[in-house]
Amino acid sequence: MLNDSLKQLSRRLADKQVSSVELTTEYLERIQRLNPEYNAFITVDADKSLQQAHAADQKIAVGDAGPLTGIPVAQKDIFCTQGWLTTCGSRMLSNFVSPYDAGVIERFNAAGAVNIGKTNMDEFAMGSSNENSYYGPVRNPWDISAVPGGSSGGSACAVAARMAPAATGTDTGGSIRQPAAFCGISGIKPTYGTVSRYGMIAFASSLDQGGPMARSAEDLALMLNVMTGFDARDSTSLQRDAEDYTRDLENPLSGLRIGLPKEYFAEGMHGDVARAIESALDEYRKLGAETLEVSLPNSPLSIPVYYVLAPAEASSNLSRFDGVRYGYRAESYQDLADMYRKTRADGFGAEVKRRILIGTYVLSHGYYDAYYIQAQKVRRLIAQDFKHAFAQCDVIMGPTAPSVAFDIGEKSSDPVQMYLSDIYTSAASLAGLPGMSIPVGFGEKNRPVGLHIIGNYFTESRMLNVAHQYQRATDWHLKMPDL
Amino acid sequence: MQWEIVIGLEIHAQLSTQSKIFSGASTAYGAMPNTQASIVDLALPGVLPVLNRGAVERAVKFGLAIGATINSPSIFARKNYFYPDLPKGYQISQYERPIVEGGNILIQTEEAEKNIRLTRAHLEEDAGKSLHEDFHGMSGIDLNRAGTPLLEIVSEPDMRSSAEAVAYAKSLHSLVRWIGICDGNMQEGSFRCDANVSVRPRGSDTYGTRCEIKNLNSFRFLEKAIEFEAERQIDILEDGGSVRQETRLYDANKGETRTMRSKEDANDYRYFPDPDLLPVEISPDWIDQLREALPELPQARRERYVTEFGLSAYDASVLTGSRELSDYFEATVQRLPAQAKLCANWIMGEISARLNKADMDVASCPVAPETLAALLSRVEDGTVSGKAAKTVFDSLWQGEMDQQVDAIIEAKGLKQISDDSAIEQQVDDVLAANAHLVADFRSGKEKAFNALVGQVMKATQGKANPAQVNAILRKKLSGQ
Repeated sequence: MLNDSLKQLSRRLADKQVSSVELTTEYLERIQRLNPEYNAFITVDADKSLQQAHAADQKIAVGDAGPLTGIPVAQKDIFCTQGWLTTCGSRMLSNFVSPYDAGVIERFNAAGAVNIGKTNMDEFAMGSSNENSYYGPVRNPWDISAVPGGSSGGSACAVAARMAPAATGTDTGGSIRQPAAFCGISGIKPTYGTVSRYGMIAFASSLDQGGPMARSAEDLALMLNVMTGFDARDSTSLQRDAEDYTRDLENPLSGLRIGLPKEYFAEGMHGDVARAIESALDEYRKLGAETLEVSLPNSPLSIPVYYVLAPAEASSNLSRFDGVRYGYRAESYQDLADMYRKTRADGFGAEVKRRILIGTYVLSHGYYDAYYIQAQKVRRLIAQDFKHAFAQCDVIMGPTAPSVAFDIGEKSSDPVQMYLSDIYTSAASLAGLPGMSIPVGFGEKNRPVGLHIIGNYFTESRMLNVAHQYQRATDWHLKMPDL
Repeated sequence: MQWEIVIGLEIHAQLSTQSKIFSGASTAYGAMPNTQASIVDLALPGVLPVLNRGAVERAVKFGLAIGATINSPSIFARKNYFYPDLPKGYQISQYERPIVEGGNILIQTEEAEKNIRLTRAHLEEDAGKSLHEDFHGMSGIDLNRAGTPLLEIVSEPDMRSSAEAVAYAKSLHSLVRWIGICDGNMQEGSFRCDANVSVRPRGSDTYGTRCEIKNLNSFRFLEKAIEFEAERQIDILEDGGSVRQETRLYDANKGETRTMRSKEDANDYRYFPDPDLLPVEISPDWIDQLREALPELPQARRERYVTEFGLSAYDASVLTGSRELSDYFEATVQRLPAQAKLCANWIMGEISARLNKADMDVASCPVAPETLAALLSRVEDGTVSGKAAKTVFDSLWQGEMDQQVDAIIEAKGLKQISDDSAIEQQVDDVLAANAHLVADFRSGKEKAFNALVGQVMKATQGKANPAQVNAILRKKLSGQ
């Protein structure tokens, strides 16, 4: 049952082969067994989960079930969840029990899904290894000495280790796609504005986007059906007709034009990753797709642009964590300034403070034009590059990350090396484009490799189709770490 | 040396929306602390702002009323600083592309009319309130006011005296109430002034170093603070010193301004466009709808009162001092179109004096415009004299006899005697009884005529129509 797809689980529930309570219990037991070692969850609350499972079973009994009713879903601890500790991986919110539900959580609740627990993450979603969590690092289920990627490392680990059939993540510069690649699962960051940001704790508002993480494209489609939709409480939410993301899954790929950015296939990519990507592309050619070279000339600038804009927004977004109204407050202080200083010095971890400093600097009087305004201009050029590329191709492919998962501690003392893990993913974030990662084999030390698929705006259904057809022809997504 | 004072004002007008600018919480004044702070106002993790359309509409109306440019798109920006009553650690305001840019306001001082240019008006949210008393050494925070919509209206440094500054602030105060975007309640902080004051030698074409005086919550404080501050700066300069650019606070009890923070302590606010809010697009259609919904503006009414009713510029300006007063005048004069001056005199005189004395505003005047018009039409048709009308007005004010003007005139016997034969009878009696006055008049003493008129009026208890008395008396004296 642990390897069942969401569709299979849903059928089992509908056929009364298993109840949601039984399914939930099985996952809770697995979490209890594996989590002490892998640290994928910050909060597990069996009573609350089972209560939801009971309610789901009643819905199923009266024939009021949807595709996700009764199915356990792990929620990244960035989504405010009423009555649940919601920490965002930070000491700053280590005592924050949310009084309200994020838009995404409301949607899962309405769908009858069971919240199986809140997953670990890099503090305030800042990181690419999940080593920046106040709650300790998450470990990679394929290799306990490797990082799971980040920032949605807890969700990626939970899905890969079968502690949850599916999970939510958020992606600002690659935080769904890179951990999905490192943990050998599938993940999609939809077009900016597709998933409500209401109740999703902000890192960089113009880039943050929620999305699902699961084992297959088909599962992602079912998750997206629940997660997406207009939310008037988020002014950047897009007003669009609801769509069924499963509708194109079975379409054949003949005639698909795959663009390969020459900049991505140049230096930087490790040999093992390159080999896995090449064989995935061969598979696509077999499926009837053609590949062609495209160019994204400004994409090498995406990391510097990202590391101006994201910290700028973050420095402001994180100002509300001041110890005044909720969250952590330093125990002793002299005066107001001292309270702020100590609260924020102790409440935030090193990486968060580094980014607040960078962000404050680039927004400062006299530097704003040179950094922030300049970065916004390049951001538009990066989006233009994609526009030109999509005139020639339907999807863009490349590696999700330049290497397989690195070792815990390997890059934690070198922030720039760490930032370069997002070299392939951040450009799509800056352009607001949908991007996804699917597993396409293993590289060095038998660690998973992810294929990065970037689509044009609102082409998630097509991207899921492209991923699904590959997964029908191959079995990389069915591989399971031996735990 | 002769000094010139240069003043620019920044006025925060609280917009009269039911709910806050970025949340659904109520803006009502005076609730228990923190009962009107939603999770958005509290800046819980994950919450997002959603712009209140009503706030945008009010800002656009203001822009249209002052002939400004309405910017579309208009952009919200974050102004970053830490303070406990600023829950997000930034205020959502506008920096580049404010919703309203430019525009003018005409002010009227005792000396002259003057045009004051506006720089801009932008939308922003108010902060909460810090309470430093009653918490035993700690501070309390009340976030009811956090997120209240404000329009910050910034003028050019076009004013040259405290009187001009007050006239400008009053004009603006009247205008925002006139177009219904702000209740103008200064005690509750709905209309707050900051003044930028500098001085320079008369004739100089560069500005002196300015100081900003914060939080002047009455026109009187505005006037006194500017006068004090200008005097302070002149003293410094005349002693050979130089003015430091700083923010100062007006102490109403001591009648002085004092340093709040110097320029060196000023925050770097790190403004940048708020990524949570899209640029606000204001379509020409929307602007047209709002323009059509605007009432006739004070300036237009002033001009019409002069051309249509023949009132003086001064009277027109007084009558358009507030929309309520102007509407009262309109409702009165509508019933007596030929007697605009009479209506104006009564409203600016008797009515205003009574209202002042009773500390009431014209909206709650116990004498309705139609009642006033009924009374004035009796003055016009000669039924009562102007003097008797004031007696009738007393009764109306008191609400006597269901405010029936004619019934009151009747009951109080105030009807003027306008019947020629009745007056002739009285005149004859007076002439007969005052042969010496008649003789005096005939010998050329004009004063005797007035004495005879007085005798007739006395005999009729003041009710005889004086014009008729005059005419009949003169006829009789010359004809006999």
